Amino acid sequence: MNTSSLQQSVWVSICGIDDIPRLGSRVVHHQGHAPIAVFRASDDHVFALVDRCPHQGGPLSAGLVHGHAVTCPLHSWTVCLEDGQAQAPDVGCVRKVDVKVEAGRVFLGLPGGS
Amino acid sequence: MKKMKLVVVGNGMAGIRTIEELLKLDTSLYDITVFGSEPHPNYNRILLSPVLTGEQTLEDIILNDRSWYEEHGITLHMNSTVTRINRARKEVMTDDGKTARYDRLLLATGSKPFMLPVPGTDLDGVVTFRDIGDVNRMIEAAGRLKRAVVIGGGLLGLEAANGLAMRGMQVSVVHLGASLLDRQLDGAAAALLQGSLHERGLEFLMERQTEAILGNGQGAVRGIRFRDGGELETDLVVMAVGIRPNTDLADAAGIHTDRGVVVNDTLQTYDPSIYAVGECVSHRGMAYGLVAPLFEQAKVAANHLALHGIGRYGGSTTSTKLKVTGIDVFSAGEFMGGADTEAITLADPVGGVYKKLVIRDDRLIGACLYGDTVDGAWYFRLIREAKSIGELRENLMFGESSIGDTGHSGENSIAGMPDTTEICGCNGVCKGTIVKAIREKGLFTVDEVKKHTKAASSCGSCTGLVEQILINCIGGAADIKPKSEKAICACADYTHGELRKAIREQHLTSIPETMRFLEWRSPDGCATCRPALNYYLMSTWPGEARDDTQSRLINERAHANIQKDGTYSVVPRMWGGVTSPSELRRIADVADKYHVPMVKVTGGQRIDLLGIRKEDLPAVWKDLDMPSGHAYGKSLRTVKTCVGKEFCRFGTQDSTGMGIALEKDLVGMWSPHKVKLAVSGCPRNCAESGIKDIGIIAVDSGWELYVGGNGGIKTEVAQFFVKVQTHDDVLEYAGAFLQLYREEAFYLERTCHYLSRVGLEHAKARVVDDAANRAELYARLRFAISFEKDPWAERVEQASARREFENLTA
Repeated sequence: MNTSSLQQSVWVSICGIDDIPRLGSRVVHHQGHAPIAVFRASDDHVFALVDRCPHQGGPLSAGLVHGHAVTCPLHSWTVCLEDGQAQAPDVGCVRKVDVKVEAGRVFLGLPGGS
Repeated sequence: MKKMKLVVVGNGMAGIRTIEELLKLDTSLYDITVFGSEPHPNYNRILLSPVLTGEQTLEDIILNDRSWYEEHGITLHMNSTVTRINRARKEVMTDDGKTARYDRLLLATGSKPFMLPVPGTDLDGVVTFRDIGDVNRMIEAAGRLKRAVVIGGGLLGLEAANGLAMRGMQVSVVHLGASLLDRQLDGAAAALLQGSLHERGLEFLMERQTEAILGNGQGAVRGIRFRDGGELETDLVVMAVGIRPNTDLADAAGIHTDRGVVVNDTLQTYDPSIYAVGECVSHRGMAYGLVAPLFEQAKVAANHLALHGIGRYGGSTTSTKLKVTGIDVFSAGEFMGGADTEAITLADPVGGVYKKLVIRDDRLIGACLYGDTVDGAWYFRLIREAKSIGELRENLMFGESSIGDTGHSGENSIAGMPDTTEICGCNGVCKGTIVKAIREKGLFTVDEVKKHTKAASSCGSCTGLVEQILINCIGGAADIKPKSEKAICACADYTHGELRKAIREQHLTSIPETMRFLEWRSPDGCATCRPALNYYLMSTWPGEARDDTQSRLINERAHANIQKDGTYSVVPRMWGGVTSPSELRRIADVADKYHVPMVKVTGGQRIDLLGIRKEDLPAVWKDLDMPSGHAYGKSLRTVKTCVGKEFCRFGTQDSTGMGIALEKDLVGMWSPHKVKLAVSGCPRNCAESGIKDIGIIAVDSGWELYVGGNGGIKTEVAQFFVKVQTHDDVLEYAGAFLQLYREEAFYLERTCHYLSRVGLEHAKARVVDDAANRAELYARLRFAISFEKDPWAERVEQASARREFENLTA
């Protein structure tokens, strides 16, 4: 479940699962880091990606969620929520962020403060 | 669950395309085994001619390499010919001793080249032109021998002759009939073709019947003899006199055949476990030797193999193109004509151009083009759409460019464009990139080109050009369909029309219910189908279907326009373009308070505040205290007006007041695409009514209504609809027309495209001529709009509706 980052990460509670609409998303701001988009699929799986399309930096959080994928609002690239890979034939990848749901709370795995 | 066994006999384009279509629907239903006689994986048979000429190689034309079969768990037996079907035991047996059991069998045995029943066909040096083996034999012969005779002046014969000539042989074409390509061209076009092939060095012997192929005593060919006694010396004979559906296997198994394996509209043979597709098939008495019908069959057969049971194949309209570089021949539909048809022809023998268009009952039914085939795709589309060509008729011959279609729908001479010409201006895609993708990836549809190159994937105005490039590259194999025949997206097999019908007839009121009923393939659809479904449900069942916010694209969800940097633009409504000092002050204050980087006057007579952060939107709306201008929606945008008779010395009516009344009447109306109106106070037309979805022009005696104008991608002039007397008439006629559009247009179809599909007369009959229907349409529009509230006020008032705009912090 841990990030590949060398830095120790910590789980940070951000909201309840019902604060994210099904087939929708919320944006999380985290001091000194790029905004993170947290998505909730129709099957209640929750995913988190850096909120930047690998194509031209569009906000993926404003995209349309379907299955385990999101379609970017700017030029309709479709990005897989599970691994951040753009769907073929487009090529590109956005960094994913660790996320877990426990007792109805959503936690992000963020770099820990010192 | 144990998987069923599907055995495919024939590893060609039809069989494998069916498997591809099946895997799109269901990957887990079958264990699939494929038998192919040739020692190659599936290749693009229609590109054998460029391989023969040396323009492409075998590797270039492979469609599915071995790894594709492996990836999909398909057992492939190459070099293995099925020789027997035991229908009682449901088994097939091959010439190399294999047996395979099946639950479903798919026959895709293709066709066999026809051999003339004359002596000498078994001599060394007699070849056919059907597969890679034949092409290799011809290439080998061309390197060793000098003279070739091709028997048969059809598509295959001429392509073989051209290929052998390009490889340096002296080639003569022997043809039984009086003119070449007698199944594709009429006599006049054929004569032009024969002339230009002759210039390239081909010899023609017309109206000659071959009586025997002569041997040299050592088992090789030395010449041929004709019925009239004449002889022709040659080293190589290519037999290209036609193909016959390969029904040997079916015949031996007792399956009903009649010049092809007889199938019904679901591609099922007389044995219900056995399906058949492609050139071996006889459907409603037709056997097709072209690739486009075979793709349509593959789709239907796959649907039934996947147990979906909804596809139906109703036969195909076909088009053909001769693949000889530098010679353009195109024909489609019933180009020969008959007693009940008329023909428009253009003949320029010196310039090498000949065109014939065949018309029946005001509809284009066939086209035959030689020399200038640029408009082939357009004619083919007109034939398939079977629309009335009444209004086009005068200019039909001169092509799509002559009907005022400036630069966007494929009328530019694609064939003559250099590879560096930009085709898609939105995504910067050049012709060369598209051609390369079509060739290398084996693309057949505009959708595939969109996916691989991005061309035509944004505004779509270059779709016609892309279609044209497809036709130029792969001829009749190009899978080009009008939107009315296309499935909505890859998630389902239904067209927009079928969807609307199902929603109405089955009383479907939610997206999940619709997807379940129509067996959607993906769990929540995609960004193409969900917004369309949401619109169809809302417009069919107002007050009953719930608007699904998550199925709207971002602009309609945020009620503002997203910009390239992720900020938004805000356009408050200014009724009829009229504002006041206090509104202007509030706008100025908002611009200061939120540091709006740009304030701009729009083309729709209002003010745009650009560069606003999403989280600031509700506060901006609150401070503006003005209603939404819906500048972001597939909905009523603006009603543009001129000042009218209150101030203007030429004005005949109060156009500003009329515009405001219309805007208030229609505000909140969602529609298949955006809708723009204008009202001008006199025929000088300062409000530009001629390029609006509904344009109104005041005259002294009343109001003239024009519909279907468009100032966008392709400028369209609005057409005269009706002249009415009163202010209330304007509201009712305009509203009724828009309701008809809301109920009948496909999602993302502007009024001009809707009208060109259904015809202006259709709209007039329902709105102008039928007063009762007009009143009902208008009442339904009023009912639908009655549920709409101002979306900005709603979000300012309700905290729960603001969640979309609030960020979280960690």
